[in-house]
Amino acid sequence: MDAEPSVASRAVAVGSRRRPERLPGEARRIGYLYIAPAFILYAAFNLLPLGQGVNTSFYDWDGITPGTWVGLHNYTGFFTDPAIRSGYVHVLILMVFYAFLPIVLGLFLAALLSRIRIRGLTFFRMLLFLPLVITDVVTAVAWTWVYDTHGPLNTVMNAVGLGHFIPSQGWLGDFNTALPAVGVFGLWGSFGFCLILFLAGVMKIPASLYEAARVDGANAVREFFAVTLPGLRYELQVVLVLSVIGTLDTFDEIYVLTYGGPGTATTVPAYLVWRRAFQSGEVGSAAALGITLMLIIFAVTYAINRLMERGAEP
Amino acid sequence: MTTTSRTQVTMNYLLLIFVSGVAIYPLVGTVLASLYPSGAGNSPTGFALPSGFHWGNYVTAWKVGGFAGSFTTSIIVAAVMVPASVVLSILAGYGFATMRFRGSKVLFYLFILGLIIPTEATIVPLFYDVRAIGLLDTTWALILLEVSGEVAFGIFWMRAAFLSAPPSLLEAARIDGASSWKTLWKIMVPFARPAILTLTVLTFADSWNEFFLALVFTISHPTAPFGLASFSGRYTTNIALVSAAAVIVAIPILIVFIVFQREFMRGVLTGAVKG
Repeated sequence: MDAEPSVASRAVAVGSRRRPERLPGEARRIGYLYIAPAFILYAAFNLLPLGQGVNTSFYDWDGITPGTWVGLHNYTGFFTDPAIRSGYVHVLILMVFYAFLPIVLGLFLAALLSRIRIRGLTFFRMLLFLPLVITDVVTAVAWTWVYDTHGPLNTVMNAVGLGHFIPSQGWLGDFNTALPAVGVFGLWGSFGFCLILFLAGVMKIPASLYEAARVDGANAVREFFAVTLPGLRYELQVVLVLSVIGTLDTFDEIYVLTYGGPGTATTVPAYLVWRRAFQSGEVGSAAALGITLMLIIFAVTYAINRLMERGAEP
Repeated sequence: MTTTSRTQVTMNYLLLIFVSGVAIYPLVGTVLASLYPSGAGNSPTGFALPSGFHWGNYVTAWKVGGFAGSFTTSIIVAAVMVPASVVLSILAGYGFATMRFRGSKVLFYLFILGLIIPTEATIVPLFYDVRAIGLLDTTWALILLEVSGEVAFGIFWMRAAFLSAPPSLLEAARIDGASSWKTLWKIMVPFARPAILTLTVLTFADSWNEFFLALVFTISHPTAPFGLASFSGRYTTNIALVSAAAVIVAIPILIVFIVFQREFMRGVLTGAVKG
């Protein structure tokens, strides 16, 4: 039989879920030896740099000459530096595409599809899963072609007589369309994952609940809000956390699709970290940006989990 | 079954076919585009087959893009990183699941934290640390960083798998007087094989797809995705060649996905896929 890691790893994915901790096993100091190799590596390349990063973030440093202590100055950039502010605005807009729309569409489709038994589900699942499995750089390259001057999107638009809406600089080169174009790529990338997860969740909802709702004369909409949505609470929580964190540290597709451009139209915090640390020599600022991003991710993860758990209590 | 429900069923299938089609269209289109004659003037629209299949694009892309080198890097990294990460996760996961010791809870939560610490928060000092120990621009840097980034997830996964073992298994081993080491490899690992296989597959995918770390740490011998990113930056107008390069980079992960589909699904359905 399969080992059943599902429950615990789901708890993992949503972070702080408390489950009754049955403290396993017997007291054995040899435990330290089993943990040690992983911990040493983890401490050296995650925990230690984290501390160093906090330290660096208090300096104005170009990476070469000795830095000067500037206190929290690098952090105030979050409020005063227009590049950073617009980076976060962009990431918020992307969240609509990376998190909100895929979840809404996924829920809608899962609810529709829950009413029938799907034959060949494994096959459909595999297709829907491909955008997630395949390397980001590869899928982003595929989408540069989708958006190309003579690519499929423009071909369709020309064919249906909407050619005059095509921006002259191309979808990824136009100040107004570049960010939504990246967003659509993200929607494409995360939609399948949401649908697969929700479909799996729907199948675990006892059929008796649906029957009871129908006996009560519930229509499809009522049924969705009374049975399907509450039944998918876990899945929703997982998807929310993963997709919001995923959006906050978006980097690969920005690098491939737009390099943050045109101008700064698609810069996001992760991209700013990379550029300031390794391109423009604003190392202190880059460190502060990274730490800020982490704190925001912690806060958002905590908030989502609290919110979803409170919503669960009757 | 009434007629309305039959139309409903048909509609649902059409819908499912449509969304699956949207999911794979850019990928299938890229494969088609890769077979067009290469050159700036040839623009695949994505709705017509090329006049002839120009398989030569793959040879050209492979050579011009230096993929022999970047594939070697990626394969070496994965070949060292995946077993290392999985073994470390098995060891630590076993420790957390079956033993009690002072501070085990704190240590475990420290690892949990690793699941949501973004690389961006550590990348700046990491660069200077790695340079200080003389590993900048080496495959070793990438291997070490990927393993240390992956163990947080691996430990969770393995701890959960070992926790699901029936207590009688451990008890039997204890009565036999087996050491903890022997119990792990002779009893727990065989029991947790499916979970270990899933972890291995997911870890490989993470390693093959890694881009940010590769961009920072392997400047002169890029990984396959890094090689593709630079290639597509240099040949923006040559869609056929860039598409061929993209397909080349996708093939290994595609093969692993098709072969280990079940394991991928198990990973995802438990909501544990990172990134």
